[in-house]
Amino acid sequence: MIGQSPLRTFTAHAVLILGILIVAFPIYYTFVASTHTLQTILRPPLPLLPGGQLWNNYSEALFGGIGRIGGVSVGQLLLNTTIMALGVAVGKIFISILSAYAIVFFRFPLRMTFFWLIFITLMLPVEVRILPTYKVMVDLGMIDTYAGLIIPLIASATATLLFRQFFMTIPGELVEAARVDGAGPWRFFFDILLPLSRTNIAALFVILFIYGWTQYLWPLLVTNSNDMNTIVIALRKMVSFADADTEWHLVMVTAMLAIVPPILVVVLMQRWFVRGLVESEK
Amino acid sequence: MGDTWIARKISLSPRVVFPNKILPFLLVAPQLAITLVFFYWPAGQALYQSMLRQDPFGLRTKFVWFANFRKVLADPAYLNSIKVTVVFSLATAIVAMCVALLLAVMAEKAVRGKGLYRTLLIWPYAVAPAIAGMLWLFLFNPSIGSLAYLLRSLGIAWDPLLNGTHAMILLVSAAAWKQISYNFLFFVAGLQAVPKTLIEAAAMDGAGETKRFWTIVFPLLAPTTFFLLVVNTVYALFDTFGIVHAVTGGGPGKTTETLVYKVYNDGFVNLILGDSAAQSVILMAIVIALTAIQFRYVERKVHYG
Repeated sequence: MIGQSPLRTFTAHAVLILGILIVAFPIYYTFVASTHTLQTILRPPLPLLPGGQLWNNYSEALFGGIGRIGGVSVGQLLLNTTIMALGVAVGKIFISILSAYAIVFFRFPLRMTFFWLIFITLMLPVEVRILPTYKVMVDLGMIDTYAGLIIPLIASATATLLFRQFFMTIPGELVEAARVDGAGPWRFFFDILLPLSRTNIAALFVILFIYGWTQYLWPLLVTNSNDMNTIVIALRKMVSFADADTEWHLVMVTAMLAIVPPILVVVLMQRWFVRGLVESEK
Repeated sequence: MGDTWIARKISLSPRVVFPNKILPFLLVAPQLAITLVFFYWPAGQALYQSMLRQDPFGLRTKFVWFANFRKVLADPAYLNSIKVTVVFSLATAIVAMCVALLLAVMAEKAVRGKGLYRTLLIWPYAVAPAIAGMLWLFLFNPSIGSLAYLLRSLGIAWDPLLNGTHAMILLVSAAAWKQISYNFLFFVAGLQAVPKTLIEAAAMDGAGETKRFWTIVFPLLAPTTFFLLVVNTVYALFDTFGIVHAVTGGGPGKTTETLVYKVYNDGFVNLILGDSAAQSVILMAIVIALTAIQFRYVERKVHYG
């Protein structure tokens, strides 16, 4: 390591602290706003320190209903969003680990055709097929259902490619040994492959949970009724700059509740998150 | 080409396989079914509809070949939307990457507290783009935003709800803010891969810190930078729909109407189906091109280590 002057080290820390301030400030200020009364928020500038309304605001949002979104409570919105995020993460991992298993460890007609069919979905994000996909959802009666929120999002090439890439690093001798010992494909899958994939699954889970939690366009399309909305969509409905009756203190509480769960997942599972991110994208 | 790369990878797969004939079909069935119903069928419909035109009453539909594309590409509103998208995507990618690179370089230098800095810098990744937009709008909206208040007291006539340039600045800030953490993690990984011996050799030859960065570290980061450029462009093109929808709704006066927002607005709000489908197909072509670029890059990395 080359020696550094103390000034350089000081500059580095100063820049980093400035960076953290920029990164954290919007979130911190949202928290501050969520602890003040509506009257305080409406008269800028807002104080830099939290106020005394924490308990009142949070209990009102969580257990009372919010008028602008048809009296639905934030508790219901959190439940919807959690179901969607978990459903997307678990569903994606489940179906992609199965298809990757089939493609790597079996030989069957049309194997490569199937692989390409899955691969090409990388190039068909929902944004490029908004209207026809919406029509399919209507025809199948999946509007305003959890299945509608989850199932169309769980097919994606990324997870399948990742598992396939990982499975191909597993030596053929392992399969051979398992077969000699009389283990069938299911036994091999559960006793060998699944335990080996544990860290990959954990990493993927964090990424996909965040992906499901932060979805916007899809829940906007497939949910009409207020009590099926995800928290992000409901938040959008609560905010209006045109008229004066936006309940800003409740908006800020909802915003906090919408960003804290995924932030906790990222921070607490940081090791797997960083690994999953840097590896799955390469 | 990408095909040969994938073919080469496949030949590496274990030769030892299970002999079952029916089971593999059952294993791929769930993913294949969802893919066909929710991806290929709608994408096919978009292709088909992009060549249809309905009369104003929706009674008759006519097959018009590429007329919709000609109409869309000649439409000043669409050309404006292309311009808006290019400005927005480039600005977002450049701002997010420059800030992230600066922070990553600083984090490499700050030996102490590196882990803590990382933890504190990765938060925004977990914030939904739409919420990021709303938080920034809360800070900068002209009526109750505290930072807008600050700007006004500094004598700046700030109003993102009426001024298109201000609206664009707000969108770019929110979109770039959310993307900093992602880029930061990749730049940190890239910097760690730069061989320390090279840097030490240059230092012994008398190269100063700034010179070492631009002549050694930065060129070696090129693959990471290029990869991030593609990822950030895709992010700015598609994932920021929520920011535009939640913050400006394409306004004021279409100054922030990006391509994806326009597809949504024309198809879902204004119900001009043929145009919207044609725009979808154009977007599809853009995604295919970007994916191809991304995979060519991956292939190169495989070759040269």
